[in-house]
Amino acid sequence: MKQVPLEFEQPLAVLAQQIEAIKKQLASNPELDKDVQRLQEQYNNLEKSLYANLRPIDHREIARHQQRPYARDYFERWDSEWIEMHGDRKGADDPAMVCGMVNLGDYHVLGIGTQKGRSLREKQQCNFGMPQPEGYRKALRLFHHAEKFNMPVVTLIDTPGAYPGMHAEEHNQAEAIAVNLFELSGLTVPVVAVVTGEGGSGGALAIGLANRILMLEHSVYSVISPEGCASILWRSADKVSEACEAMKMTAREILELGVVDDVIEEPLGGAHHDFDLVAKKAKETICKHLDQLTKLSREEIRRDRQQKFRNIGAFVEA
Amino acid sequence: MDLKDWFDKRKKRRDDEKGKAPQPIEPSDDICALWTNCFQCRELLYTRDLRVNLHVCPKCQYHFRIGAIERIDQLADEDTFEESDANLTSSDPLKFSDTDNYPNRQREASRKSGLTEAIVTGTCKIKTYDAALGIMDFGHFGGSMGSVVGEKVTRITERAQRDKLPLIIVSSSGGARMQEGIFSLMQLAKTSSALKSFQDAGGLYISILAEPTFGGVTASFAMLGDIIIAEPGARIGFAGRRVIEQTIRQKLPADFQTAEYLLKHGQVDMVVERAKLADQLAKLIAFHKLPEKKTAVTTPDAVPARPKQPTKVS
Repeated sequence: MKQVPLEFEQPLAVLAQQIEAIKKQLASNPELDKDVQRLQEQYNNLEKSLYANLRPIDHREIARHQQRPYARDYFERWDSEWIEMHGDRKGADDPAMVCGMVNLGDYHVLGIGTQKGRSLREKQQCNFGMPQPEGYRKALRLFHHAEKFNMPVVTLIDTPGAYPGMHAEEHNQAEAIAVNLFELSGLTVPVVAVVTGEGGSGGALAIGLANRILMLEHSVYSVISPEGCASILWRSADKVSEACEAMKMTAREILELGVVDDVIEEPLGGAHHDFDLVAKKAKETICKHLDQLTKLSREEIRRDRQQKFRNIGAFVEA
Repeated sequence: MDLKDWFDKRKKRRDDEKGKAPQPIEPSDDICALWTNCFQCRELLYTRDLRVNLHVCPKCQYHFRIGAIERIDQLADEDTFEESDANLTSSDPLKFSDTDNYPNRQREASRKSGLTEAIVTGTCKIKTYDAALGIMDFGHFGGSMGSVVGEKVTRITERAQRDKLPLIIVSSSGGARMQEGIFSLMQLAKTSSALKSFQDAGGLYISILAEPTFGGVTASFAMLGDIIIAEPGARIGFAGRRVIEQTIRQKLPADFQTAEYLLKHGQVDMVVERAKLADQLAKLIAFHKLPEKKTAVTTPDAVPARPKQPTKVS
């Protein structure tokens, strides 16, 4: 798959083009070999320094990359014969929420993930990864399924947020999210959530109230989109970069704040450079945490999750 | 000294005063405006009459926003409210700064509202019934939910569970507090989780939605009531009207996201006007209190032993 470079990667793309151009002349002019090597070295150095000094907004750009692996890509790599489940049993099936039965290593898990869609048509069907209330209720149905059959739940989060639309409001988007939080907190099976791309606000948390929250290295998680934050607090659409910095939304920052439990490394340049590797690393990390959680009794699992969120907060008690 | 210096100096002096002592402004006749324009019907109302009428326009029944203290006065029996957790204040975990830093904004919010946080919690009696109460105040930081609001809601829920009290929360909020980033978001999880334990234990939770209730608050504790009551005309929703209009690029109906619209779409149990709210709450609490006789659990020992059938000996 040909990589689509992001804006901050343009210098790299220019170098890569030059290397390609010289390589074409290589057959007729073997002396150019040294130039290629030199340029390649330059390329590698630039790449390393570029990725060592990413700004929060760059992380977000990678997290939103159009070629980023989505939920289906992970499920397929974990289990080529995973079985998809459809519908909320109340009148709709939201393609933005992908649900199914997945063999993850030794575990039979219920996989739930948001899906952004690849082609324009898919993207429209999935509302660019923004679930409708029906999507959350479909996930809710799987939580109950997991509880009944004592199976762990693994959720993959990559959504700008819950869909803001007239239909969504009329079908009580807020209640759909609230009930998911309510029910997730009461499950007695392990829940592991992985933020694979963007974790956008309540729409992300609705499948993210988990015993363990993991984040991919370049993924971001925030209470409001940086655009929304910039337009409300700075009253300017140009301050997105500042908003990204102020909100502390990158994986490493949130790990430091103690909200996230683990960060999963991505290949140089981001997850879209090597789907297989990222899926493998994610699987290893999820299984590591499931190994720990399945040692607990069912009641302990529930208490572990409730206690985790009970302790999150920063305040002063005079 | 040119004019610019003069303005700067004046601004500085005002900022200094701000930093010193945030004096809450007590609503009194000398300070408050004598007349208020109704937002809805534009009628000019005498402010004191308006207050006597519970801040409801006598002409068009428009329900004005009211602060937490005022709401407590309206709901709780006189002198029965005991505040809890008043000593919690926000820290600044992200060292957040936009055009102004977060601690300054908090001071400014406190100066305007006279409160330390966007919710006041405690216990009280409502028409003689004991209850745990949480009242949000939109006047403080847009009623936004940060760590303190999340913690206070959680604690009052735990208190209600421990003391077996009905829980009543009046929500009025713009959503989660951006300045506390991911911590704010996690308060949705924390409050919902506390309510799960409370409701599993059989606690009664009545959620009251006041103008306006949006975002993270709607998407957590506000929508989880066993009974959900909305105030007339209150705007309630997840996403704001403007965001939706921009997304779907069409005009929304005028009554979209109002309490009455939600009632029509099955999202709230009832719309209750302010004057009847306390009575309605008392009725609801009373209904869920079974008479003593019926609630008494019959243990096996308490069941009178069935007289033994005389066994016939043949």
